Amino acid sequence: MHILYGIFIDPFMQMAHAPDLLAQTLWDGLVSGVLYALIALGFVLIFKASGVFNFAQGIMVVFAALTLVGLNEHGVPAYLALAITVVVMLVLALAVERAILRPLVDQPEIILFMATFGLTYILIGLGELIFGGDPKVMISDQLRLPSGSIRVNTLGGFVQFQKIDIAAAIIASIMVVGLGVLFNRTRIGRALRAVADSHRAALSVGISLEQIWVIVWFAAGIVALATGIMWGARSNVSFALEIVALKALPVLILGGFTSIPGAIVGGLIIGVGEKLGEFYWGPLVGGGIESWFAYVIALVFLLFRPQGLFGERIIERL
Amino acid sequence: MFYREVGQFKTSYAADQALLPILQDRVGIAVILLIAFVVVPLTASNFALDSILIPILVLSLAATGLNLLTGYTGLLSLGTGAFMGVGAFACYKLTTYFPNVNIVIMVLCSGFFAAAIGTVFGLPSLRIKGFYLAVATLAAQFFLSWCFIRVPWLYNYNISASIEVPTKTLFGLAVTGPTASSITRYLIVLSIVTVLVWMAANLMRGRIGRTWMAVRDMDLAAELIGIKLYQTKLLAFAVSSFYCGVAGAMMVFFWLGNAESESFNINQSFLILFMVIIGGLGSLLGSFLGAALIWGLPIILRAAPPYFGLHIRSATVDQSTFVILGVLIIFFLIVEPHGLARLWQIWKQKLRVWPFPY
Repeated sequence: MHILYGIFIDPFMQMAHAPDLLAQTLWDGLVSGVLYALIALGFVLIFKASGVFNFAQGIMVVFAALTLVGLNEHGVPAYLALAITVVVMLVLALAVERAILRPLVDQPEIILFMATFGLTYILIGLGELIFGGDPKVMISDQLRLPSGSIRVNTLGGFVQFQKIDIAAAIIASIMVVGLGVLFNRTRIGRALRAVADSHRAALSVGISLEQIWVIVWFAAGIVALATGIMWGARSNVSFALEIVALKALPVLILGGFTSIPGAIVGGLIIGVGEKLGEFYWGPLVGGGIESWFAYVIALVFLLFRPQGLFGERIIERL
Repeated sequence: MFYREVGQFKTSYAADQALLPILQDRVGIAVILLIAFVVVPLTASNFALDSILIPILVLSLAATGLNLLTGYTGLLSLGTGAFMGVGAFACYKLTTYFPNVNIVIMVLCSGFFAAAIGTVFGLPSLRIKGFYLAVATLAAQFFLSWCFIRVPWLYNYNISASIEVPTKTLFGLAVTGPTASSITRYLIVLSIVTVLVWMAANLMRGRIGRTWMAVRDMDLAAELIGIKLYQTKLLAFAVSSFYCGVAGAMMVFFWLGNAESESFNINQSFLILFMVIIGGLGSLLGSFLGAALIWGLPIILRAAPPYFGLHIRSATVDQSTFVILGVLIIFFLIVEPHGLARLWQIWKQKLRVWPFPY
């Protein structure tokens, strides 16, 4: 009885008693959800266009942020460093296309998945070799990112909004809208969707696979850079960030591997669910459930919709 | 010329379907076993046994387990590390409750606990496939890792939150714990691995193995010819987890000597997956080759600079090892996407027709 009370009644009582705390938890959840969604967005972009389950997305986030901060440490002005980092991501996209995707074209998915592991190792090694393994502070001031917080008195208490989080949410929405326009309204977008549907059919109507792949990986690199800046501004830039990428995986299966709106909605659901679960139900089992709670949420959704919330319907035939 | 089956006539179906139908294979396996059981213990140093051979054998068994699931049944799993952990912790609890039972029996029993847990986490495979399933098995990985830390009962309320292996004896010889000699541990690990892999090979040429492969190649078609998907997939999860569990128990009891939850984290799962893919999906030989390569490469890379008289900071060496390992993984995938086991097949064909080109 006591356990049932703890699971089904007590948390809701707590929520009702302290609505401001609930609002704060919800906001925190939404914010981390936005960041998960950003990482998931990078995954989705690449998976959609090249069918590669890009495990390296997490390390690309770290690598982009490290390059930016590292360049700044060596005396490069912040905005110039930003521009150079964009170029570095472009070079990375070109290199990946040339050295990994092109030789491995038409291989089974799992082989390409493995190859991105190799890429992860290379980026970890290079990042540490060039910039060192110590955590670094993000150059938020030089980039004129807002800091501080807004305190709103409401619901019989107060809720704090960090300005950087609001900025992250805005940037995320701009990127999603931008990608939406790119995918649905432009010539490149149509080519991207064609490649996603079928490599061979796309090739046969004269779409250059190489070009498309570079574009997607570059776009994913830019998304990674934005994620890295935002996440770095909240904590530090370090290789621990890579762990966060694993959090994006339940977001992916929740939203569907091929859906950009899915990545966003999934990210928000996972972010909020995780924070609520940790805050209200976590103490029952000794806390720290953040590490796996997201997966449980995703699994529950999957049992009902095996292709994720927004994924394309899986049609199988003989 | 060296590897020709010409003239080896079979007079019964049993002979035709034997595990090793070709004489050269039988001789080859016998030679390898002879070297492994007799020559290596007589010649190898403690360093070679402790940090190269025992790890490779243990990891090969785990890779074999994952290969049964991913390579033969086509179900991608990223929870290998956790299932190894289940085996290790189960073995630890069993030795606490039954201190007088033979340790080898305990290690094998702990596999059944891993099999049970593996079956539970295999349940989503009935609904979902491919990368969705891979991410679902990550749930097992993270949930079980969390359990290994947060459930103190598992490590007997030890303050260090880790498993300390007690000294156990077999026929009067210490086989686990700090006093056990490397050779004893090596021989026990080798025996268990040999028996289990032999069982796996037999499993694969029988009905179960064939249903697994049918499910891998096309599960819809397999269902249509009367294979029960649910049972087949769950059995694959159970058997695979059994192997991983035994490997995990051996890893703690015969190799590391102590372990904490960190030993069974996500990186361990990925490492085993590397071995399976680099070695060759759907090949038992591949599990061994993959384990040897993935475990051996960093050791060689670390030993290489001093050998050539170069003095590089150890941190730099570690980081370069990462880069080189990454490059090599991609290189192997590009050169031979079917894994090292495929290379052996190619050589076999070359040996068969030598000295002619074809």
